[in-house]
Amino acid sequence: MAKSNIQIARRDVLRAAGLGAVAVAASSVLPSESFATPAKADALLKKLTGGAAAKSGRVTIKLPEIAENGRTVPLSVTVDSPMTSKDYVKAIHVLSEGNPTPAVASFNLSASSGKAAVSTRIRLGKTQNVIAAAVMNDGSVYVAKKKIKVTIGGCGG
Amino acid sequence: MAKKPRVKVPSSAKKGEVIQIKTLAPHKMETGRRKSKGKLVPRMIINKFVAKFNGKEVFSTDMHPAISANPYFSFYTKVSESGTFEFSWTDDKGKTVKASRKITVK
Repeated sequence: MAKSNIQIARRDVLRAAGLGAVAVAASSVLPSESFATPAKADALLKKLTGGAAAKSGRVTIKLPEIAENGRTVPLSVTVDSPMTSKDYVKAIHVLSEGNPTPAVASFNLSASSGKAAVSTRIRLGKTQNVIAAAVMNDGSVYVAKKKIKVTIGGCGG
Repeated sequence: MAKKPRVKVPSSAKKGEVIQIKTLAPHKMETGRRKSKGKLVPRMIINKFVAKFNGKEVFSTDMHPAISANPYFSFYTKVSESGTFEFSWTDDKGKTVKASRKITVK
């Protein structure tokens, strides 16, 4: 059944050469899901941080070099900040460049957090970069990136 | 979320001390990408965790399927008075599970 559809679609593609026809033919053979890319992660980062220019420094990502099990990878993010009412971290966003979707988690802190340090466990589908972005109370954004090798991916469950 | 979440909060602290809180919620965190018996298991995760102290939010997390099963979080908060922490976990259906802990601050 599928073969004849593709053959008919190919004929249509050759005749029509329209993008729509190609898309229909392509979607019937390619996998239905697409993975995140650095570009998608970057777009999400801009959305989460309000587009402020990303500065380097202040943010430290703690991740193992190699994740034996991609289903549960320990992650810690610390941000160098006095955490006073005048200078504190409002949010820490964690993004993935290589998972099916780039969003991982957003941590919302306050001036009374005392310390800008969060830990959790995440799923990683494959070897990739993990991004952590800290948004300060004045709107400034600091970003760090860390690469991690994943031996067995953890997105399929 | 039938099982109770586990929370580690010190029972007492000094005024102005920054304490660490650890939380663990038993939950499969179905990503929506897992197949069981040939069928895709629909997504069902805890997507929000909120920690309040004496009614005021002190920490919260917006979570996505990339958070591992049995979501674990560790964070810090400065305490200046005695009171009660209230923790809540909300899933995609809007169901919320809560836990609370008291702390004495001198």
